[in-house]
Amino acid sequence: MSKLLVSPSPHIHSKDSTKSLMLDVVIALMPAVLCSFVFYGWREIVLMLVSVGSCVLLEYGITRYMLGKASTIGDLSAVVTGILLALNVPYTTPWWVMVIGAIVAIGVAKMTFGGLGQNIWNPALVGRVFLLVSFPTYMTTWSQPQGLFGADAVTGATPLGVIKEGLLQGASVQDLMGDYSYSQLLFANLGGSAGEVCALALLCGFVYLCVRRVIKPWITLAVFATVALTSLLFWGINPARFTDPLFNLLTGGLILGACFMATDYVTSPMSVKGGIVFGVGIGFLTMMIRYFGSYPEGVSFAILIMNSVVPLLNRWFHQKKFGRK
Amino acid sequence: MGNRTFSIGGVHPHDNKISRECRIETLPIAPTVYISVAQHIGAPAKPVVAPGDKVKVGQVVAEPGGFVSAFIHSSVSGTVKSVAPRADLAGNPQLCIEIAVDGNEWAEGIDTSDTLVKDIPADNKAIIEKIRLGGVVGLGGATFPTHVKLSPPPGSKCERVIINGCECEPYLTSDFRTLLEKGEQVVIGAAILRQVMGNVPCTIAIEENKPEAIAHIKEVIAKLGYEGIEVMTMKMMYPQGGEKQLIDAVMHRQVGSGALPISVGAVVQNVATALAVYEAVQKNKPVIDNSVTVTGACFPHQANLLVRVGTPLRYILDYLGGLPDNAAKVISGGPMMGKAVANLDAATVKGTGALLILTEEETRRAPETNCIRCGKCADACPMGLEPFLLNKLAKANDVEALEANAAQDCIECGCCLYSCPAHIPLLDNIRMGKGAVMGVLRARAAAARAAAEAKK
Repeated sequence: MSKLLVSPSPHIHSKDSTKSLMLDVVIALMPAVLCSFVFYGWREIVLMLVSVGSCVLLEYGITRYMLGKASTIGDLSAVVTGILLALNVPYTTPWWVMVIGAIVAIGVAKMTFGGLGQNIWNPALVGRVFLLVSFPTYMTTWSQPQGLFGADAVTGATPLGVIKEGLLQGASVQDLMGDYSYSQLLFANLGGSAGEVCALALLCGFVYLCVRRVIKPWITLAVFATVALTSLLFWGINPARFTDPLFNLLTGGLILGACFMATDYVTSPMSVKGGIVFGVGIGFLTMMIRYFGSYPEGVSFAILIMNSVVPLLNRWFHQKKFGRK
Repeated sequence: MGNRTFSIGGVHPHDNKISRECRIETLPIAPTVYISVAQHIGAPAKPVVAPGDKVKVGQVVAEPGGFVSAFIHSSVSGTVKSVAPRADLAGNPQLCIEIAVDGNEWAEGIDTSDTLVKDIPADNKAIIEKIRLGGVVGLGGATFPTHVKLSPPPGSKCERVIINGCECEPYLTSDFRTLLEKGEQVVIGAAILRQVMGNVPCTIAIEENKPEAIAHIKEVIAKLGYEGIEVMTMKMMYPQGGEKQLIDAVMHRQVGSGALPISVGAVVQNVATALAVYEAVQKNKPVIDNSVTVTGACFPHQANLLVRVGTPLRYILDYLGGLPDNAAKVISGGPMMGKAVANLDAATVKGTGALLILTEEETRRAPETNCIRCGKCADACPMGLEPFLLNKLAKANDVEALEANAAQDCIECGCCLYSCPAHIPLLDNIRMGKGAVMGVLRARAAAARAAAEAKK
């Protein structure tokens, strides 16, 4: 011992790191990922590998060769983006479309703004919406799940898509709803993005994140409550024109979006109060798009719109300070 | 309902109380001691001895340099060698009285026996004077002169005395050992404090990780038959021992920004201070020694030592076998708020409560990465501040915004930096910002005073 280290306090640090938090998110996503593999088979596995691989490689390439900095892929945030992006598209999406999605997500939505922590919009959702408007055919040709090693897919439409289409042709919700049961929705979806296949798997992941204190539940609960209340109101007024609350909670990307994308640290408000306003906004916008918009599904758009408002919410809502009014 | 704690923020570092079984052991007196004249908050004391003077244990060697200041006594008997600046533990020069030790002769009137003196004098003024003459300061770390704290400004009223036995910093065990081994003295000290403040109720707050101390103090209170003193078991949470946090936890009252605890009717004193009050009032013994925890996972000899004030740190460490090779950092105090020692030749002061030895691995800071806006710093901040925001404002040197966002309320507990997953040096930057705001506040107060004078 020759010299002593001298630095300001505190002299110890918690075990948390960006990497450990992101690893928890990856673990939380695993039930949903495994379900998607089981329901959709090898094509989903390939898609997942392409998505995660291109996200990680892109971030490595951009940080090392374009910015000339140390690579940041070790924090695992690119892996999370890759998984979420793959869970947000149908398993029938061609691999090259997946790569384009990754370029938009990592290259445009994340690294252009300065990398992790600097982006305004959730990268995976920007990638997803870009694909939705650029390749509507691939993105809306939803397929019936055939299972691991199953036969080729039978193409169909999502429940939300069927109802939107049906309503436009003058049918009533009750007629259209006859084909679906809630338990089917809860345990195995009837077509949609890969990550929407099993609501229960997603909720398990959400509970894991809350228990590990990676996220707080308020944003997600605010989204669910708002969706339930808004749809209860409209459904109560006209059940023939509007779908019921339970159906709206269980369909589409609502659970995936509310549990994993709306709660993204970077693009959600810092305070609990701000988070609740943020969640209410997402829930309300989702229902408006579902009921009155031209797209059958609105979660992605709702989250991206509310992402844009986050800086304002951070300015308006602060913590309660000790001993101050 | 669970045990009480404060209402905002806090973190749960591992408590690492590895020296909890070590009885308080008296350290042999060092051959030379160095007694600083700045051992308390406020004006430094003025030396009243000169080189060549003979001094006894407990003899005054420096007198208060102002109202907020304290007496300083010789902790040893011997000859004053010099009164000169000497490097303190950070390496800054500090006026010190160097005394070469010769024997262990105590000044007149000090009761050095072990007899417990239970009868508390009735005259409160005389008690406060004894506390002042005994050089008692807050030994929890802040070293604020105790007699000042016990003389609240006119108009304010004390409603409860809180004895702080939380010892929420990891590793530290000296207060815990004091509660176990000198519980009677601490409780009598608490009784003196509550009597002085007007026979108000008194709460001895102890965290739940010290069940032996909680049981022992309850027993002692029952045995001594004191009424109005209770033990409150607190949840384990850092920084519960912070004055404002403890008042919030015990009384559910929040001291306002810049205000004193007395504004909500509270007076908080640490366990070691209660013991010092007992010794000063009942035994005429001034503050000349204190319990120091010497600990660390890499350190071979954990100990709680009774150390004379002014003992060089190197002497303490050498007594326990010296620093191990893998020791990288010596901290005076706990790992969350303690100060890193730059100079092992520095001497202990009244407020020295611990020497913590950490290896490089234990204390290493990971490289800073991007803020991921997780808000963990804001969740951890016990003052309800937003460290991520203050960090940015401090970097931009935006003093106005720092003040608006209450940087001056920061208690520097370290919870933000401790919990940041991106390892951003939040507190380092916020400290600088807070310093800038405090400068502005002081200048403003001075200008206001000057304006008031001019009006007269």
